[in-house]
Amino acid sequence: MKYEKIFLAHGTGGRETEELIKNLIIPGFTIKNVPNGVGLTQLDDSGAIPVGDSEYIITSIDSYTVDPIFFPGGNIGTLAASGSINDVAVMGAKPIAVMDSIVVEEGFPIQDLKRIIASMNEVFEYEHVAVLGGDFKVMPKGKLDKIIITTNVIGTINKNRKPILDSGIKPSDKIIISGTIAEHGATILALQSGIEALSEGLMSDCQPITKAMEVAMNTTTVHAAKDPTRGGLAQALNEFAEKSNLMIKIYEEEIPIREEVKALVEMLGVDPLFLASEGRVILAVSEEDAEKTVKQLRKNGFPEAAIIGEAVAEKPGFVVIETLSGGLRVINRPFGEIVPRIC
Amino acid sequence: MNARKILQPFYRKEYAKAIAKKIHKLAKELKQTGLDEIKIMHVCGTHEHTITYYGIRYQLPEMINLIAGPGCPVCVVPAREIDEAIKLSEDGIEILTYGDMYKVPGTSKSLAKAKTEGAKVGIVYGFLDAINIALKNPNNKYVFFAVGFETTAPTVASHVVKGTIPENLSLLVSYRITVPIVKYVFARKKHNLKGVIAPGHVSAITGSLAWKFIEEKHGIPVVVAGFEPLDVLYAIYKILESLKKGTPQLINEYSRVVKPEGNLIAKRYIAEAFDTVDGAWRGIGIIPKSAWILKDKFRQLDARKVYDIKIPKSVDTRPGCLCAEVVLGEAIPTDCPLFMTACTPENPYGPCMVSSEGTCSIWARYGGREPLKK
Repeated sequence: MKYEKIFLAHGTGGRETEELIKNLIIPGFTIKNVPNGVGLTQLDDSGAIPVGDSEYIITSIDSYTVDPIFFPGGNIGTLAASGSINDVAVMGAKPIAVMDSIVVEEGFPIQDLKRIIASMNEVFEYEHVAVLGGDFKVMPKGKLDKIIITTNVIGTINKNRKPILDSGIKPSDKIIISGTIAEHGATILALQSGIEALSEGLMSDCQPITKAMEVAMNTTTVHAAKDPTRGGLAQALNEFAEKSNLMIKIYEEEIPIREEVKALVEMLGVDPLFLASEGRVILAVSEEDAEKTVKQLRKNGFPEAAIIGEAVAEKPGFVVIETLSGGLRVINRPFGEIVPRIC
Repeated sequence: MNARKILQPFYRKEYAKAIAKKIHKLAKELKQTGLDEIKIMHVCGTHEHTITYYGIRYQLPEMINLIAGPGCPVCVVPAREIDEAIKLSEDGIEILTYGDMYKVPGTSKSLAKAKTEGAKVGIVYGFLDAINIALKNPNNKYVFFAVGFETTAPTVASHVVKGTIPENLSLLVSYRITVPIVKYVFARKKHNLKGVIAPGHVSAITGSLAWKFIEEKHGIPVVVAGFEPLDVLYAIYKILESLKKGTPQLINEYSRVVKPEGNLIAKRYIAEAFDTVDGAWRGIGIIPKSAWILKDKFRQLDARKVYDIKIPKSVDTRPGCLCAEVVLGEAIPTDCPLFMTACTPENPYGPCMVSSEGTCSIWARYGGREPLKK
């Protein structure tokens, strides 16, 4: 390890996080998989356990810490409920149950906790996800910054289907995104920079992506799916490229992004490809079915869904973008503190 | 928030592709006249950002070699002057400076590192922030670490001349001037330059005529350019066109901002506040008439005169670092064995990897063309 201590950058979901996981966490555990399942070594969005002949239980856990905890478009509760549901959904599973763990700082307002629980419930109720149980703890004042929520969502994959893995992309597959990018990241970044996010027209996109997955899976065989959260599109596409051993090429002009988000990132000098979405999914589907999939998505509540690029066999492991001027640039994994503590 | 809409045409891919096509055609014609390489230097970190971010090198013919010259003001502040700022901050005087400067290492550490060890350092977005902080806290002493090229100097100069700087705020002036360093690049004769893209923001102050010497003395075209991808592509096109005609010219492509004579008010403030002196450039050495210092009549504002700053001998360049060569355009980041090995944005070793205008930092963030060549 080249570091002696943990830095904030280790938690942003970019290059440093990955280094830490690969060098310290993965080698730190002995048993990392159940037979025929998906485990720690694959570093996918969820783990998978085969049950019986051809059914799978899919499970994912995440801790949520965001500053500020309330933001336009949701709060830490919406984020904690949607985030883990999404990690299970992108594996092609139907989320069915959740367990949570809430740790709050002494002095935290009961009213705020009520609002957060209500937001979590709103998501779980809508998604028919049962809250099976959980844990609640309090830390002395100053030992924790307000609140941390951990959620573990469990889902199932029905007979005759297999978990959708990042490695499933095939050459010439098209890459589709379900909506406009970087909205959660931009909203939090604005708030942390002292900018009134709402009056600038910014709002987090925080929501479950189960519907988008369902539409896509009913239209075609989804080869790979991912929610571009921490590290944004840049991180998600790099994971696609690395795990599928292909090059991903995207087109800047095809990427849906709202004017308000563009204006903010230009003002602050941040690359929107590095900013998180919390309610979008990127899909890899066959070339033949790509147009059809986008059409179905647009018809079913995702009007901004678009094909943003494709997988190519040359230069495996690279992500490149054809820019607005027609040039070509490599998209690296994000590094450093892009936006501290966004999810 | 409407600025983007105004700039929209500058991002039109069909325009960019059309200009790129013309560039390819002209380059081919120039090749037939026996020209093997067209080396064009720009001298602004923001130009390098545009070129790398939009992958413009990839759009150009192989024979066009677009290189970054001295365009990063933070990269060229000598270690000695950073050490001075650190010493002041450790002596309990709060240093206020830009975010980019904050992270650049001096001889042994940066202001950021000094802050983690207890020194007093604050980040500001501009000089007005520094004035406001000083006014709000009349019992604290502040020093504004005034770095930059012609673009940032006028604001400070105007407050110096108008006498609107609070008593508890003084200045550690480290301004550098771009025209002399570009003259120095020519004097070194390391490049066989065929054209120069002059910096748009600097030229807004100096005026486009400041670059006339490139046309007159060196006989090559120079284009003052803005910062959108179309500006840069158009500048390259105009340089090639000028080469084709065989009549080198000074062209102001950025006329929406730059006037031939520049900003006369800003120039007057600079002349009234500062003396032009020989200045040290980090790792490069002394360049004649390339720095500004406060005139003696403003000595009460000069942190070097107000405080007795004693620092040990400073060292500009750490072993192996090619930053000075990168600044002069004599090396590209990937020439440096430390680039992305011992020197990364997470763990920068030299100043060019720190500043957002540093060529190494831009290449590290946005890759550029090199990785696609392999």
